[in-house]
Amino acid sequence: MSDEKLNLEEVARVARLARLDLSEEKTELFAGQLNNILSYMDKLNEIDTSEVEPLFSPVEHTTRLRKDEVRKEHTRDEVLSNAPDTDGKYFVVPRIV
Amino acid sequence: MSSLIEKSLTEIHAMLMAKEVTATEAVKACLEQITKSEPETKALLHICNEEALKQAEEMDATGPDASKPLWGIPVVVKDALATKGVPTTAGSKILEGFTPFYDSTAVAKLKEAGAIIVGKANMDEFAMGSTTENSAYQTTTNPWDPSRVPGGSSGGSGATIAAGQCYAALGTDTGGSIRLPASFCGCVGVKPTYGRVSRYGLIAYGSSLDQIGPMTRTVEDAARVLNVIGGHDQRDSTSADKPMEDFVAALEERKDLSGLTIGLPEEYWGEGLSEEVSEACRAAIAKAEELGAKTVPVKLSMTEYAIATYYIIAMAEASSNLSRFDGVRYGHRTKDPKELAELYTKSRTEAFGDEVQRRIIIGTYVLSAGYYDAYYRKAAQIRRLLREDFNKAFESCDLIAGPVCPTTAFPVGDLTSDPLQMYLQDIFTISLNLVGMPGMSLPVALGKKTNMPVGLQFMAPAFDEKTMLQAANVLEKNLPELPKVKL
Repeated sequence: MSDEKLNLEEVARVARLARLDLSEEKTELFAGQLNNILSYMDKLNEIDTSEVEPLFSPVEHTTRLRKDEVRKEHTRDEVLSNAPDTDGKYFVVPRIV
Repeated sequence: MSSLIEKSLTEIHAMLMAKEVTATEAVKACLEQITKSEPETKALLHICNEEALKQAEEMDATGPDASKPLWGIPVVVKDALATKGVPTTAGSKILEGFTPFYDSTAVAKLKEAGAIIVGKANMDEFAMGSTTENSAYQTTTNPWDPSRVPGGSSGGSGATIAAGQCYAALGTDTGGSIRLPASFCGCVGVKPTYGRVSRYGLIAYGSSLDQIGPMTRTVEDAARVLNVIGGHDQRDSTSADKPMEDFVAALEERKDLSGLTIGLPEEYWGEGLSEEVSEACRAAIAKAEELGAKTVPVKLSMTEYAIATYYIIAMAEASSNLSRFDGVRYGHRTKDPKELAELYTKSRTEAFGDEVQRRIIIGTYVLSAGYYDAYYRKAAQIRRLLREDFNKAFESCDLIAGPVCPTTAFPVGDLTSDPLQMYLQDIFTISLNLVGMPGMSLPVALGKKTNMPVGLQFMAPAFDEKTMLQAANVLEKNLPELPKVKL
């Protein structure tokens, strides 16, 4: 496909950026599907938007500010309660240095 | 089905208040129906058997509390909403075994109003899908016909209502995920205005699109639930600082549709619509006209660009939101990782399903250097044009009406191999999430060919849920009731 946007290497590269490790089989399957989807998205180029201000969120209100106060809503035990590995005080991950 | 669970939320509430039924009896009736229907329906990921009964017994001991609008009423909550002490997975293996230590605001408000949570509803993984086939745990079936899908991603919430397992369910709608399953399962589903219901504690998919809303048997029931869950919340900066109206009281104000103008967008009523959906929706509009509504044609000329716009924005936001699932603080962690990067990558690769991975990759791509302007910024610009389209249409009408989906519920497995075809199912619902305006699905009839429910969609200007609910309520009361599902 000549109008291919993403070849296999690029799919694998973007996946790595997203911290995903795809098998060869899945890279191939995704490449086909992603190209289909991205080609469909090219439809948007039919419209000239050079003068249009982007709308990133439907919210237009000004955020109501609350007082900047320290609150202790959750205990350490609660925060650690769903962690795959802790030492009772901190989250534990493989050694970095 | 026992007669108790065929009641609407409004009816059961009146019975609870009059002590004609106890909270324990209401909960038991729902739990029995869950036991009976779940082997086939598979609507729930977690059933709160003991907790629900215990809570009901405690409530019965003190007696009905009229200040609590949902006192003693069994409800189900979509598994995307953090629920204290109850497993919450968003339909994903990456959150298997996760038990929040806090309640999402919507759930906290249900509890404060006296509702009893009897279960967590199945959903497409991280709300990505239109059929509930993308759940990492099970495929929910449509109680009207188990060979068909219930719609998605709130398919568990739609099916639980249709199967008589509870009186109300919460769903979330990012691109139509409340309205589509409501249409497929023959229940009422309301997507409120973006900002009307706090998203605090909702496991985010597309943050600028997601909105929590009720799925119920009747419009009045939906108004009751919306009254409870709506309102400003300082924990969510996108929550609207607007006073809440009493939507239930507002229903009393309108007995017919005189003085109401309904816009019919030609883009929603033409090509691609199945004959049975077209026929059922047109008959409902004819009934609305009989009841005094005036209909006018309106143009939503950007509709054909909505799907591409939506998926760019939704996937970009998803790739960002799902970066928090790294196997460190909660969720799945790969076995024996040698270093930190491997911990992240393997944990995510092992536990995210295909559709989630596909969307993360596209989202990462459209946000990456060199492509941001071509995709994400472009989509955001078209999003503004879409909103201008709606604002212009609403200059000539109070509400817009159209079908929810081009077809009725389709057979399980029909679209799973072709993601793009699956995305195209959302053509009539997606625009509204991009513009942040409210919409709902009202069951209007069974399709003549498939004998499956057809939903009519009402859309309203931002924060005008009142007019939308009033019109749907009048129409509902003047259309023949759908038959009951036999389970």
